[in-house]
Amino acid sequence: MVTEQASLKRNGVQDFVTLRATALIITLFSFYMAYFFIATPVITYDVWVSLFSGIFMKVFTFITLVAIMYHVKIGLWQVLTDYVKAPGLRATIQYVLNIIAFVYVVVGLFVLWGVK
Amino acid sequence: MKLNFSIYRYNPDVDNAPRMQDYALEVEEGQDMMVLDALIALKEQDPTLSFRRSCREGVCGSDGVNMNGKNGLACITPLSALGKGKIVVRPLPGLPVVRDLVVDMSQFYTQYEKIKPFLINDDKHPPAREHLQSPEERAKLDGLYECILCACCSTSCPSFWWNPDKFVGPAGLLHAYRFLIDSRDTATDARLNDLDDAFSVFRCHGIMNCVSVCPKGLNPTKAIGQIKSMLLQRAV
Ligand code: SF4
Ligand code: SF4
Ligand code: FES
Repeated sequence: MVTEQASLKRNGVQDFVTLRATALIITLFSFYMAYFFIATPVITYDVWVSLFSGIFMKVFTFITLVAIMYHVKIGLWQVLTDYVKAPGLRATIQYVLNIIAFVYVVVGLFVLWGVK
Repeated sequence: MKLNFSIYRYNPDVDNAPRMQDYALEVEEGQDMMVLDALIALKEQDPTLSFRRSCREGVCGSDGVNMNGKNGLACITPLSALGKGKIVVRPLPGLPVVRDLVVDMSQFYTQYEKIKPFLINDDKHPPAREHLQSPEERAKLDGLYECILCACCSTSCPSFWWNPDKFVGPAGLLHAYRFLIDSRDTATDARLNDLDDAFSVFRCHGIMNCVSVCPKGLNPTKAIGQIKSMLLQRAV
């Protein structure tokens, strides 16, 4: 039904599922971190490092970062198509935001990598 | 007893900008009336005041307006339901104003037209008399067929405000679902194909403004949820 320019073409069903699946991962991660903060009496640098040194936490964090990237990409596309009506401006903002989301993942990957 | 009103006035042909005009109505102490009756009385005072109405009993859907910030039918909204103090009446939000409380509903009807609001049956051998339905099949249409297309829902929906050309809106989608689940309709797949994009259905974010304003007590959000799951089931 939508026969607009390509910038408006996304797959509704796919986005719907992706948004919910990524939201679930982000929620799980948030709960896990909340549990960590509540259950740990004193959080020192060593405790913090040891939390992220296990392979489980590395993978979990990385998956969450990727989930955030996709969640943000779709969510902000929806917000932008609601509020920014000029196609050129919208494409530019979307491009910049996508790059920022991607940079978060890359930086996150390096940080995780660095934790021994 | 004096009732105070503030009513949106705009005649695009002569006015540079819309304005709010104050009116007062003298009524008997303790008397209640519908907003539409008050508007009719005010029109006696000021014949230039324009609004739509027809049945004056909540069945035609002509007099959807925004009263104290909430959409509804003027003819079945009692003044007492709007609380004490000044009553603010504005046209339905988001649509172009033709004059005062009269809005141009073209965008709303275009979306309605898109969902093909009629029974499609490609049966090669149509029954001699009529397509029969079991009581259970018929019951599925309850809560859907009662819609009077007043547009109170769609014009209260932020997603419809921002994308009235691409998002079908709650009223249109309620009707879409009404035909999707009709046992006599054979175009289910084609109908779903038409709705399968990022805007037509999926711009609904479940804000539920539509449910809170529908004067017929219908639940477009629920119908939209059903369409979403039909689209999902088809995809997997
Ligand atoms: S669903 Fe309700 S509010 Fe919406 S057009 Fe139909 S009757 Fe009016
Ligand atoms: S539930 Fe959907 S259709 Fe209803 S007001 Fe919210 S976004 Fe609009
Ligand atoms: S005048 Fe018909 S619904 Fe109000």
